[in-house]
Amino acid sequence: MSARTWNASQTMLSRLGSFARIREVGILAAFVLVVAVTTAKNPNFLFSPDGFRDLLLTPSILMLVAVGQAVVIITRNVDLSVGSVLGLSAYLTGRIFVDFPSLPWPLVFVIGIAFGACLGLVNGALVAFAKVPSLVITLGTLYAYRGINVWWTGSDRINASDMPDGFLALGTDSVANIPVLTLIALLVLGCAAWYMHTQRGGRELYAIGSDPDAARLYGLRVTRRVLVAFVVSGALAGLAGVLYAARYGTVNSQVGSGFELEAVGAAVIGGVAIFGGSGSVFGAAIGAYLLMTINRALPVLGVDDFWQRAVVGALILGAIVLDRIAAARQVKRFARMREASHD
Amino acid sequence: MKSPLMKRGGMAVAALAGMALALTACSSSDGESSDPSGSAGAAGAESGDYSITFLPKNLGNAYFDTSDAGGEEAIEEFGGTYAEVGPAEAAPDAQVSYINTLAQQGVGAVAVSANDPEAICDALNEARDAGTKVVTFDSDTNPECRDLFINQATADGIAKVQVDMIAEQIGDAGQIAILSASANATNQNAWIETMEQLLADEHPDIELVDVVYGDDDDQTSFDKTAALLQTYPDLKGIVSPTTVGIAAAARYISTSDAKGQVAVTGLGTPNQMREYVEDGTVTAFALWNPADLGYLAAYAAKALIDGDITGAEGDSFEAGKLGEYTVDADGTVLLGDPYVFDADNIGDFDF
Repeated sequence: MSARTWNASQTMLSRLGSFARIREVGILAAFVLVVAVTTAKNPNFLFSPDGFRDLLLTPSILMLVAVGQAVVIITRNVDLSVGSVLGLSAYLTGRIFVDFPSLPWPLVFVIGIAFGACLGLVNGALVAFAKVPSLVITLGTLYAYRGINVWWTGSDRINASDMPDGFLALGTDSVANIPVLTLIALLVLGCAAWYMHTQRGGRELYAIGSDPDAARLYGLRVTRRVLVAFVVSGALAGLAGVLYAARYGTVNSQVGSGFELEAVGAAVIGGVAIFGGSGSVFGAAIGAYLLMTINRALPVLGVDDFWQRAVVGALILGAIVLDRIAAARQVKRFARMREASHD
Repeated sequence: MKSPLMKRGGMAVAALAGMALALTACSSSDGESSDPSGSAGAAGAESGDYSITFLPKNLGNAYFDTSDAGGEEAIEEFGGTYAEVGPAEAAPDAQVSYINTLAQQGVGAVAVSANDPEAICDALNEARDAGTKVVTFDSDTNPECRDLFINQATADGIAKVQVDMIAEQIGDAGQIAILSASANATNQNAWIETMEQLLADEHPDIELVDVVYGDDDDQTSFDKTAALLQTYPDLKGIVSPTTVGIAAAARYISTSDAKGQVAVTGLGTPNQMREYVEDGTVTAFALWNPADLGYLAAYAAKALIDGDITGAEGDSFEAGKLGEYTVDADGTVLLGDPYVFDADNIGDFDF
């Protein structure tokens, strides 16, 4: 590779980066706008202690799942089973408290994450080795995992009184006005962002998502990387399940159904391209905040239930349209750059 | 769905009320039920023994453990033989083989909570032809397949108890809101309509400011509760006629500044609400008492075996500590007003 093309590709990368950054800034601005408008209508939305806490707390669980989802989508795959993994992990958490009350409760985090990772490994193995599109595989495991959940849970329900107070308090407690759940989610986000942006493994995930065949020809360990991406997504859904139990205090067999769509929605709204290769976990996290905050803001603004869903739908469609336009522009820009570099 | 209370509470409560409504709807086409039960009445009296078997939707279900224990108590009181059989899972036709076996054994009566109104009909009618009395409780079959149905609550009773509770808890004045299941949940909507009427007629100082829908989803119900509290800073109470909604509202309020300021009441189960009753978020909520339901079913079975009643409208019978009951249209016996759970009695229940 000549010095000149190297420079050109560097410029391409940096432009790509700045574009992505603009996209995230846009989502962030939308989030701020929603908060500002709602707060103008009802100051309690932001300025009451409960309001401020909910603003940070409510999207935290979705944010964890969306970060995992973003990692998978970046590799040009998708994990539709996250809602079912979350549900199973939440019920497992409750079950542990009921059946093994003597176990120290922080251990459920380890169990929940490991359990989610195992379910993610099943997804990843099926996708990576069986070479079946992840959309099909994880659609299958979405139903399979939910089926196991319904069979296992039956009509049972874990109630708040079944779980230790210390664990439940985690769902609502704050440190320096920041809810504990949010801190956990931010910590995970920080680690994921660091890995995806600075580490070789993270960059390879982008490379795989941009062009899986080229990545394979180049000698990247595609199978292994994709497998890991699914394990990460499963583990984060598992963690989210544990936190769900702590936050909501009630677990039945339907926990987390539909969560996969919110997670994919958050990632897409946050600028993660559905065909892989671009976007960031930050974007997905902000997307999760935007999505959940809109959900919470619309009833405060007095918007009807029907319209609340329609607004979310419009948001997702808007994000995808924006994506297509951006991608088309990018292709043109690359073409121009290629021509320029051949001169 | 196994017990109407267990899986998704609101849906379950809805299903129950659906039955109640369906029954009221059926009452116009009356007169059919007395015929088969009349002819079978003689056969039952001949058998003469009080062997009564409870057949819940499934075994190992806390709700039915409670109701069947109530039945056992009643059967011991009048010196009968209690038994309980049932499938492990509440599949629609899972009860058929049990009913067939019980008919062959020639038990005096079966008290069954039907997993499906149709699927067990033929088996029940065969059992009745063989002289076994059939009482349904909790979940009914089609009226022509059983002698009596013990109905746990009516729509009016459910609406009234909730209005009474919230009026008492907020001192009969102030703003309240309703957190319902989904916007198109027929039964919740019917109750809400009755509640609105009751509030307007009897509680002029209570203002119903909003009805919101949590879709029987914890997270949505949570968010809707938060939105209610933010939108109506003077809110005094939230009524949630669905078990998912009331638990979510209680959980949210128990950890918010509104605790102690905003009353939460509605329909819930003791296990689900225990935490919030103990921490003072909730003072009282309602449902029916499954133990009483089983108890009444057992006494109804006894009266059928004795031949005191045939299941015809207007028949009346004694039910031990619960007093006297009269059969309504379509062979239905109403347990009574919903049961109110509070800090004093919640410890007695485990379902």
